[in-house]
Amino acid sequence: MKKLKLIIRREFLAKIKNRSFIMMTFLSPLLMVGIGFLVFFLSKKNDENVKKIVYVDEYQLFSKDDFEDSKSVHYSDYTLLGIEETKKKVEAGDYYGVLYIPKKDSLEILANSIEFYSKDSPSMSVIGNLESKVAAKLRHLKLDQLGIDSEKIKASRISAGIKMYNFSGEQSSKLINGLKIGVGAIAGYLLMMFVMIYGTSVMRSVIEEKTSRIIEIIVSSVKPFQLMLGKIIGNASAGLLQFFIWGIILLLISLVSSYVFGIDMTEVQASKLSPEQIATMKAAAGNGEMQKVIQEFFRLPLVTIFILFIFYFLGGFFLYSSLFAAVGAAVDSETDTQQFMLPIMLPLILGVYVGFATVINDPHGPISTIFSMIPFTSPIVMLMRVPFGVPWYEIAISMALLLFTFVFMVWMAAKIYRVGILMYGKKPTYKDLYKWIKYKG
Amino acid sequence: MSNLLEINNVTKKYGEFTALNNVTLNIPKGSVFGLLGPNGAGKTSLIRIINQITLPDSGTILLDGESLESSHIEQIGYLPEERGLYKSMKVGEQALYLAQLKGLSKTEAKKRLKYWFDKFEIGAWWDKKIEELSKGMAQKVQFIVTVLHQPKLLIFDEPFSGFDPINAQLIAKEILQLRDEGATIIFSTHRMESVEEMCDYIALINKSNKIVDGKLDDIKRQYRSNTFQIGLKTSNSKEIETVLNQQFEVSPTDYRMLNEGFTANVKIPENESPNGLISLLMKHGELQHFLELVPSANDIFIQAVHKNS
Repeated sequence: MKKLKLIIRREFLAKIKNRSFIMMTFLSPLLMVGIGFLVFFLSKKNDENVKKIVYVDEYQLFSKDDFEDSKSVHYSDYTLLGIEETKKKVEAGDYYGVLYIPKKDSLEILANSIEFYSKDSPSMSVIGNLESKVAAKLRHLKLDQLGIDSEKIKASRISAGIKMYNFSGEQSSKLINGLKIGVGAIAGYLLMMFVMIYGTSVMRSVIEEKTSRIIEIIVSSVKPFQLMLGKIIGNASAGLLQFFIWGIILLLISLVSSYVFGIDMTEVQASKLSPEQIATMKAAAGNGEMQKVIQEFFRLPLVTIFILFIFYFLGGFFLYSSLFAAVGAAVDSETDTQQFMLPIMLPLILGVYVGFATVINDPHGPISTIFSMIPFTSPIVMLMRVPFGVPWYEIAISMALLLFTFVFMVWMAAKIYRVGILMYGKKPTYKDLYKWIKYKG
Repeated sequence: MSNLLEINNVTKKYGEFTALNNVTLNIPKGSVFGLLGPNGAGKTSLIRIINQITLPDSGTILLDGESLESSHIEQIGYLPEERGLYKSMKVGEQALYLAQLKGLSKTEAKKRLKYWFDKFEIGAWWDKKIEELSKGMAQKVQFIVTVLHQPKLLIFDEPFSGFDPINAQLIAKEILQLRDEGATIIFSTHRMESVEEMCDYIALINKSNKIVDGKLDDIKRQYRSNTFQIGLKTSNSKEIETVLNQQFEVSPTDYRMLNEGFTANVKIPENESPNGLISLLMKHGELQHFLELVPSANDIFIQAVHKNS
């Protein structure tokens, strides 16, 4: 045990003293946030560039009130100039485009004959915006034609929200469901990334010991199994440390930025949403829906999610990194690893795909249930399911299967490992690996 | 108990390949034991079994009378043929780590490291990384790490490869001193001449079988051929050659005499004293060189392989 502790300590220190670990840990959150800000500011800058749009309304249906200037778009009425003249003018001048509303017999025909001319193809948001303006106006006119009071229509508009409960009385809603998907997806994805990054790091460390030939000295002092275990635990600890540091840094950055820069998060979102969506959002906020989401977030089984994340992280990491260690032991250099890497990577990637494809639609469907039991995909898929509430016995089966498999895989990997670390030269085949497993002692 | 290590009927197979075939060896306490044989003979397999890196398929091993178990690792020091240390780790840190893996406490390891670093005058390397050291420098660190925990049994695989002659001599001196202090040493090498002078006992291994073992002097006596190399200052080489040929087996030699004269290897019959040959030679000239050709480990190995096959 004392030796195992020594090995863990060395592997942990070797990992965290590594320059790339320090860079990854401290720079990547800054980089991520930095890029986020950059994109935000650039898109804001982009919007500040005022677009001049002119319209020619042969019907004289629209007034300036319908084309209200916004921060980024200014409208002008060029109807008097006629469409041909306006087109020429727009093409020559500093205009974004022309909206042409021809004279038609009925509103229905008109609705599909409105045209937009521009030098470059217009952005989707501009066209979308114009379409919604036109549609709103035409609907209004149609209502008038039909003799319906639009004020009454407005008053009759009722938005419905079905409140969802499960039988243990937990309330949920679409927003909260989205939240659950988000939490599960982030947890599952993070787990995959960590297993990949730290699994290959275990593998590299094994190869390093092999190529530097220190391995024989170490295994004359400790059992190969202890060394392998120490390596895996040491790297897992470094991974958890990095994870916590990232969490703290991101928390600090979001706190500091909201104070210092005063960035209003609703502004960030509003810039991407249409006015109607904003309206519903505002309504939702007015109804206290936003606060509810935040409340709901804290009412999610966060402690359970956290504990399960740690469990599945460790279980999945041990399972995979023992395989990575066996691969590292089997080869002489990193370039030889590819052949063995694919079968390890596949179930990981499969887990993420299955998670995103099925859990989101049907968290308790047969496919997500099965994949949350299979030990190679369960860490990812189960983590994605957990926020939706998984019966305890399913979690228990999944955890037991993972534990059992992980013990078995570590045992098998250790067999390959103890033979492989002392083998140099020929690149082994799968048949060789099978033979190594059967070697005694 | 006069044997530190007793290896009884050890067999080790890797699949179809037999690395060790029923090998039995006794290694006396306080001796320098040469485990000699060509590459691929099974030396490293045997050493790995002693170090418990691998287990034998059958056979037993006793260290100091006790069946080998994991706690014995701390009583063995092993310098493998392929030397290596963590390249990006600092010398001191690394030595401390390896010493602690052998069961030393940190403070004790520090104390002993200071002693050895002072002795080899390498204290200044403590905070250097291994990759900054030359190969010879790294070997010194490796030697210290091997002996630091004062093991009862020291195993050196190809002990002097990689050392320049001066450092090889320094290391050889240290090893003999450790022997004098009570350690038992095993040298394993295919370059038999490099360790022969230091060995008290040897075992010759060829193709996974032990072919000869025992006290070096006994083996040499057993394999001696009563052949003497002679150098005689004389003006009449022809005459002495004829005379010798009548009584003994004479063969040419590669000895170079400074004076003009006659040189040869002369084999005298068993149980006959060389004095007869000496008096005969003295009659024909001035005897300048007379040396028994004691078989080297290499010669013995070649003879033993022939005899066995």
